[in-house]
Amino acid sequence: MHHVIVGAGPAGVIAAETLRKKSPNDSITLIGDEPYPAYSRMALPYLMAGDVAEDGTYLRHAENHFESLEINVLNDSVSQVHPADHSISLKDGTGISFDRLLLATGASAIRPPIGGMDSPRVHNCWTLTDAHRILSEVKAGDRVVLLGAGFIGCIVLQALVEMKLELTVIELADRMLARMMDGPGGNMIERWCQAKGVKVRTGTAAKNVVEKNDSLEIELGDGSSIVADHIVCAAGVRSNTGFLEGSGIKTDAGVLVDWNLKTNIDNVFAAGDVAQGPDRSTGEQQVHAIQPTASEHGRVAACQMAGDPMPYGGSLSMNVLNTLGLITSSFGLWDGIDGGDSTRVEDQPHNRYLRLEFRDDVLVGALAIGLTQHVGILRGLVQTGVRLGEWKKRLMSDPSQIMHAYLAKVQGTRA
Amino acid sequence: MYKSLVIDPAKCTSCLQCELACSFENEGVFNPAKSRIKVFEFEHGLTTIPYTCTQCEEAWCLHACPVEAITVNAQTGAKEVNDSICVGCKVCTIACPFGTVNYNSSTGKVIKCDLCGGDPQCAEVCPTDAIVYVDSDWTGYSKMRDSALEAHA
Repeated sequence: MHHVIVGAGPAGVIAAETLRKKSPNDSITLIGDEPYPAYSRMALPYLMAGDVAEDGTYLRHAENHFESLEINVLNDSVSQVHPADHSISLKDGTGISFDRLLLATGASAIRPPIGGMDSPRVHNCWTLTDAHRILSEVKAGDRVVLLGAGFIGCIVLQALVEMKLELTVIELADRMLARMMDGPGGNMIERWCQAKGVKVRTGTAAKNVVEKNDSLEIELGDGSSIVADHIVCAAGVRSNTGFLEGSGIKTDAGVLVDWNLKTNIDNVFAAGDVAQGPDRSTGEQQVHAIQPTASEHGRVAACQMAGDPMPYGGSLSMNVLNTLGLITSSFGLWDGIDGGDSTRVEDQPHNRYLRLEFRDDVLVGALAIGLTQHVGILRGLVQTGVRLGEWKKRLMSDPSQIMHAYLAKVQGTRA
Repeated sequence: MYKSLVIDPAKCTSCLQCELACSFENEGVFNPAKSRIKVFEFEHGLTTIPYTCTQCEEAWCLHACPVEAITVNAQTGAKEVNDSICVGCKVCTIACPFGTVNYNSSTGKVIKCDLCGGDPQCAEVCPTDAIVYVDSDWTGYSKMRDSALEAHA
């Protein structure tokens, strides 16, 4: 049996390792198209901030890790998939046949469709190559505009501040982190950033960029403009599905997969940022381009490919973020549900915030700012759907009792 | 067979020796806020529950780590954080559904129970045997493992 895995990020690497464990005698080929050992995008901000060297971003550290597992690693890119022939084509036309195929091609950074974005002074911040380029071209003291204050933008923001840049953040939405934080939470983060010397302009978009005398003029929707030396673009990512055109493999925002991460084609699976699979909270197919989903998908898909399926209830949307020292996290349906109950506690002076959302007596979502102790319990409760019984009422009046509720209900401790 | 920390809340008197021993052993300070085991009080202290990592076999934290900073100690089975590799991204703190990996803002790294390399100080100092370090094949531990599996499904 030959397993071919396209994409050598976390999902692909974990799938390859899991397959080796489950199917010691099968052959495994892992194909990545970036000119580096397998690395983690999550770690790039720490490289930019100078906390780690390039090898600190690598997914695996042992020398000959893949060789020792007899995983055949190819540095190449895949141009086409031919499900009927059980084969793929590489860029140079070479064919590789497979018995099982995993698509783990990840996502790519996108740029807003405005003028001037092709300037060499505009940088993405998504790949190791992007990070190296920013480090070599952007110098301390440079004026930098960060386009986008979503999850990736805010992670990058931390690194840009540590690079000692003069930073302005532009965000189209009415608040920072619009997709992982509500109004009060987003505003708390914005005030925090402003207090740390970062200019934040929410609710306005860049309309056009013009290169002028070794600098950029960024025209904004409100008629004003900003002059900067560089733009760092964190306007979002899109699943890499282009090479599947004409293959018969169904795609939407990503590759559509079922609860077992199978595509519509037998023996073809997808995992990680490229997969659009069931969301645990809603059952709807969604792309969750996050590290925990990539690693789970990699394992789940590999178990399927090895013929030893593990139960999987879909991916849970969740994030954790450090914005200049302010730790935020979000889980599941943090914006609540129709007919559900909501409770929140906000401590502005200390920059702490906790919001819980319930369906009946089950926690379905949560937001937290400034919570670093036992925060995983929010995931545990959302994921397992534990009925909180009498504890729900207590949590409605004091959300901070969440760990106590967990111990009482999940660990079965009388209290 | 690995040994495990087994906790019997009924025997806990909330003396907090475990928290002090843990923080001193691992962080060099007597500071319960930096302890990897935490005693939770209910009903104003009538019931107390010491709580820490159960070292899941297929550990969520280990699988979620993007830089292989969490590895298994072959002697003890503990999932240990390697500080020199951890970048402090905190993904493990939200991935662990038991809430037993915490971010330490003073070091910028995460901390979790590592069984003190095979001589867990919490069990060592517990005066009432509410925390013991015994063979894993023990009913109380199986119960905790079951709840781990349930969360996994």
